[in-house]
Amino acid sequence: MNEGPLVAFAHLLADANVRAVLLGSLLLGAGAGAIGTFALLRRQALLGDALAHATLPGVCLAFLATGSKHPLVLLVGASITGWLGTRSVRAITQHTRIREDAALALVLSVFFGAGIVLLTHIQRTGAAAQAGLDKFLFGQAASLVQSDVWVLTGVTLALLATVVIAFKELQLLSFDEGFARSIGWPVGVLEGLLATLITLTVTVGLQLVGVVLMVALLLTPGVAARFWTDRLPIMLVLAALFGAIAGVMGASVSLLAPRMPTGPWTVVAITSIFAFSLLAAPRRGVLARAWRRRRLRKRTTEENALASLWRFGETVTDWTAPQSAARLAAERGLSADVALRTLGALKRQGWVERATGDWRLTGPGRSRAEHIVRLHRLWELYLSERLNLPADHVHEEAETMEHLLTPELAAALEATLARPERDPHGRTIPTPEGAR
Amino acid sequence: MNDVAWIMLAGALAAGSCAIVGCFLVLRRMAMLGDAISHAVLPGIALAFLLTSSRDPLPMLAGAGALGLVTAGLTDWLHRTGRIQQDAAIGVSFTCLFAIGVILISAFAGQVDLDQECVLYGEIAYVPLDLWWLDDGRSMGPRAVWILGSVFALNVAWVALAWKELRLCAFDPEMAAALGLPVVGMHAALMAATSLTTVAAFESVGAILVVAMLVGPAATAYLLTDRLVRMVGLAAVIGAMSSVFGYALARMWDASIAGCMALAIGFFFLLAALFSPRHGVVTRAWRLRRIVGDQALEPPLIP
Repeated sequence: MNEGPLVAFAHLLADANVRAVLLGSLLLGAGAGAIGTFALLRRQALLGDALAHATLPGVCLAFLATGSKHPLVLLVGASITGWLGTRSVRAITQHTRIREDAALALVLSVFFGAGIVLLTHIQRTGAAAQAGLDKFLFGQAASLVQSDVWVLTGVTLALLATVVIAFKELQLLSFDEGFARSIGWPVGVLEGLLATLITLTVTVGLQLVGVVLMVALLLTPGVAARFWTDRLPIMLVLAALFGAIAGVMGASVSLLAPRMPTGPWTVVAITSIFAFSLLAAPRRGVLARAWRRRRLRKRTTEENALASLWRFGETVTDWTAPQSAARLAAERGLSADVALRTLGALKRQGWVERATGDWRLTGPGRSRAEHIVRLHRLWELYLSERLNLPADHVHEEAETMEHLLTPELAAALEATLARPERDPHGRTIPTPEGAR
Repeated sequence: MNDVAWIMLAGALAAGSCAIVGCFLVLRRMAMLGDAISHAVLPGIALAFLLTSSRDPLPMLAGAGALGLVTAGLTDWLHRTGRIQQDAAIGVSFTCLFAIGVILISAFAGQVDLDQECVLYGEIAYVPLDLWWLDDGRSMGPRAVWILGSVFALNVAWVALAWKELRLCAFDPEMAAALGLPVVGMHAALMAATSLTTVAAFESVGAILVVAMLVGPAATAYLLTDRLVRMVGLAAVIGAMSSVFGYALARMWDASIAGCMALAIGFFFLLAALFSPRHGVVTRAWRLRRIVGDQALEPPLIP
C-alpha cells in the first residue's frame, strides 16, 4: 500500500493483460494522431467530434439487437451510426441553408441525445450486463479484456498500414483536391477511404477515450506536430508519436487508479504536449516568434539611430561629428532612456563611440549607416520613378524597406535605376565605398 | 403546480433561453464555439463546488461564466497568436477544459454532489425536489425554475436592448465596425450570455444536450423565416415545444428526459429541413417540378 506510483507501475507491468492494454493504447494513440492529421489538413477538425458522438447510439443499438458486448459487434454498430452522422452533416450543409458549424453541433448533440435515450433505456429495463456500456462515455482502459485489445490492435495496425500504403494519395487529397480530380484520380473513393479510416479510428478508440473526448486524440496531436515541421511525413510521424505518448499516459493513470476515467487523462496528456509545442517549438512557437519580433524591432531601432546620425552629419558634411543623444531622441521620437540604451548597444557593437560626452560614428559605423541611407533613398527613387508614387508618399515605405532589402535586391535596384545620384527629394544617394 | 408541470416549465425556460442566444451563434457561424463553451464551463462549475462545497447558484454561475469567457479568449488567442486554424483552436481548448472538469469531478466524487452522468445529461427529473424556501418557511417552488426564469428574462431584456447592434453584428460585422459599433464588446457580451445560459441549463440538461438547445431551435427557425425578429421568436417557441414534446417521449419510453428533448429538437429540425415552405428540400423539389412541368406543357419552339 505504501509503495510509490513507480513501483506500483512496475508491478502492474508484470501482468500480461496490462502490457496488452498499454500496447493497445500506444497503437491507438499513434493511429489516431496520424489519421487525424489528414482530417486537420482537410479542415475537418471538428467532424471527428460529431462522428464520435454519433457512435453512441450505434453502440447501444448493437447491444440491444444482439445482447452481446463483444467488441466487434459494438464496433459495427458504432461505425454505422458514426457514418450516418457524418453523412447527415454533409446532407444538411449541401441541401439546406444551414452552414457547417451549426450542422456539426446539431448532429453531434441530437445523435448523442439518441444515444443517451438508448443508454438510459437499457439501464432502466434492468439489463445487468449494461454495466460496461457507460464506459464508452469517457473510456476506461482498466476494464479492457484480452479480446478488446486484440480487436483494438488488429484494427489500428490495419489503419496505420493503410496510411503508409495510401500515403501519396491521401497527401494529394489533403493539399489539393482539385488537382487530384483534374488528373483523374478517384477523389470520391479516396474521400470515402479517409472517412472510413477516421470512423474506424474513432470506434476502436471509444473504449479507451470515450465518445466525448475522442476528437482530442484525433485533432490535438496533429496541431501539436504542425509547430515542429512544414513537411507532411515528419508531421505524421510526430503526430503518431505524440498520440502514442498520450495514449500510454492515459492508460497508465487508468491502470493505477481504476476509478479514474481514461479519456480525460489522455486528453490532459496530449494537451500538455500541445502546450509545450505551442510555446517552445523553434520556428513556429509563440516564444520563438516573439523573440524574433523583438530582435527585429531592436535591429530596426539601431539602424534608424545609425541612419539619423549619418543624416545629422550630412547637413554639415562631417559624418563623424559628435551628436547628442537628445538630438537623436527628438529626431526619432524616442524617450531619452531608449535613445541612450540604443546608443550604448551600438557602442558595444563598435558602430559608434563616445566623444566628449556626445556620440559619433566610427569608420565601420559610418559605412553601415551610409548603406542604410542608400537603401532608403534607392527605394524612394524606385517608388517615385517606377511606381509613380508622389514624392511626399515614399518616405514611410522606405522607412520599412531599408531594414529588409538584401544586397542582391539593392544591386538590382541600382541597375534598374541606372546608377542614380539623387533621390526624389533632391538629396544625394551615397555610393558604396568601393565605387567612390 | 405538480412535478410534471415544473419539469416542463424548467425545460421550456432552458430551451427558450438557449434558443434566443443560439440564433446569434448560428447567424455568426459560431455554433461550435457554443458547443465549446458548454463543455468548458464544467471545470468552473466543479471548482465552484469544491471551493464553496455547496450547490449555491451564484458561485457556480460566476465560475462557469468566467470559464466561458476564458474559452472564447483562449480560442481567439490560439487562432491569432498561435496561428492555429479556428476549428482546431476550438477543438483543442474545449476538450482540454472539459477533461480537467471531468477529472476534478472524478477525483472529488465523494465530496461533491455531482457525477459524470449528471454532467453529460443533467437531472431535470430532480428539478421539483430542490425547492427554494423563504425564511418564514414558505416554499417558492423549484430553485432551478427561478434561475432559468431569471436567465430567460435577462436574455430577452439584453437582446431587446441591444437589438440593433446585435442584428448588424450578426449579418455584417465589418459594416458594424465601420459604423463604430462596439463589435468586440458585442462579441464578448454574446460569449458571456452563452456561458450564463449554458450554466443555468447545465444542471437540468447536461453539457452536451445544451448544445442541442442552443443550435437546434435556432437552425430550425432559420429554415422557416428570413426575418431576424421572427427567427428569434420562433426559435424560442420551437425550443419550448421540443422540451414539452421530449418530456412526453421520455415518459413513454422511460428514458432520459434531456436525451428525449434533444431527439425532439432533431425531429423538428428534420421536419423544417424537409417541409419548410421556402427552404425545405421536399418543397423546393416540388416547386422545381411544377416549373419544369409547366414548361413541358408549352408547345416546343420551332425556329
